[in-house]
Amino acid sequence: MTQEELIPLILRKDERAFTIMYDMYSKSLFSVISNLLKETEDAEDTLQEVFVKIWKSIDSYSENKGRFYTWILNIARNTAIDKLRSKGYNNSKKNLSADNFVHLLDDSNKLTNRIDTIGILEFVKKLKPKCIEIIELLFFQGYTQQEASDELAIPLGTVKTQNRNCINDLRTYLKV
Amino acid sequence: MDTKQYIESGILELYVYGLLSETENSEVSQMAKEQEEIEAEIISIEKAIVNLSTSFSPFLSADNFEKIKAKLDLKYSKVIDMKPRNNWSQYVGWAAAVTLLVGISYQYAQLSENQNQVATIEKEKMNLKDTLVNLKAKNKQTLTALTVIRDTNNTVINLGGQAVSPKSYAKIYWNKETELVYVDATGLPEPPEGMVYQIWSLKLAPQLTPTSIGLLSEFSTNTEKIFAVEKTGDAEAFGITLEPAGGSKSPTMEQLYTLGKV
Repeated sequence: MTQEELIPLILRKDERAFTIMYDMYSKSLFSVISNLLKETEDAEDTLQEVFVKIWKSIDSYSENKGRFYTWILNIARNTAIDKLRSKGYNNSKKNLSADNFVHLLDDSNKLTNRIDTIGILEFVKKLKPKCIEIIELLFFQGYTQQEASDELAIPLGTVKTQNRNCINDLRTYLKV
Repeated sequence: MDTKQYIESGILELYVYGLLSETENSEVSQMAKEQEEIEAEIISIEKAIVNLSTSFSPFLSADNFEKIKAKLDLKYSKVIDMKPRNNWSQYVGWAAAVTLLVGISYQYAQLSENQNQVATIEKEKMNLKDTLVNLKAKNKQTLTALTVIRDTNNTVINLGGQAVSPKSYAKIYWNKETELVYVDATGLPEPPEGMVYQIWSLKLAPQLTPTSIGLLSEFSTNTEKIFAVEKTGDAEAFGITLEPAGGSKSPTMEQLYTLGKV
């Protein structure tokens, strides 16, 4: 089922569509949440909270506002950041070289998509460190272009295009 | 800016990431609606980033989904293909209900019909019973009449029609030993309402002395018209007069219908 087929069902509050939506996006959102909240328990609580929010506020989503995935991604990031603040995590800018989404692969106990991950590991090796940094900031942490430009010490205008080049590499690798 | 330049600018990636302002969002959304190329590009970017992030997901226990469902009070389990089976059983349920209803209606109609039949038969039975009772009564009357007529000990006295009703006639059956008297009133007309025939035994000498020996009450219901009246031992003649209901002490001679000597 594509997102285009799924959305109308979700908007009608079809409970089976909720299950399909969970299967499609829960892991994607869980990696974003887990990247922000290091404790598994916090990450799981937040994921649950996120899906409850999605279902309960589904009426406020409109396709004119953007992609459904973008809408739930924002809910996930914002909920995780709220959790960070309430928990008093050290919210200062992270040490990016040591601490980015790639670290999620380090903990072998948490590893879920072993087969996918092997492929992704190969890809990550080829992926430029600059790409990991920029995807980490923009996608995983939701930095604005300005914030990313400041963090990476690159001109504002190049943030967008550099990210575009990184995603193009990814797409070439995934053939999408 | 042409479409290719627009795509290459990298704005669509930021659109998928959710990093654009509301105004920029609406613009991209509008562009995507108008240009298929942009829509397709957005979908590809989304696929790539969903794929990437999904691959980095730590182990996600199934408990999480169960907890979410519990919080939202969702009923459906993760088994998606329950739907057709649910529908199937639902239809079977409805079909069974309808069948049952039709069955009950049919049974009810049958029951009503049977009850009606029973009522009809019951009524017929009552009618037959009435008929039987009537027949028995009639039979009894007939038997009585027959017995009276056949009894050789009876003296038969023919009473002839008199001035008021020349065509009338009657018979008296009189057993002189038992003194029982029966009247055969077949030859008398139906008495008018409020009137009744009265039977008199008469002694002719030394002077005419009438003695009432009874009334022919219930004249119309006695189909054999054979009536038992009071005993008499010394009658010389019998007469029948029409009298007001309840009878009279002495006969109204103007209303003498029949008369006959022993």
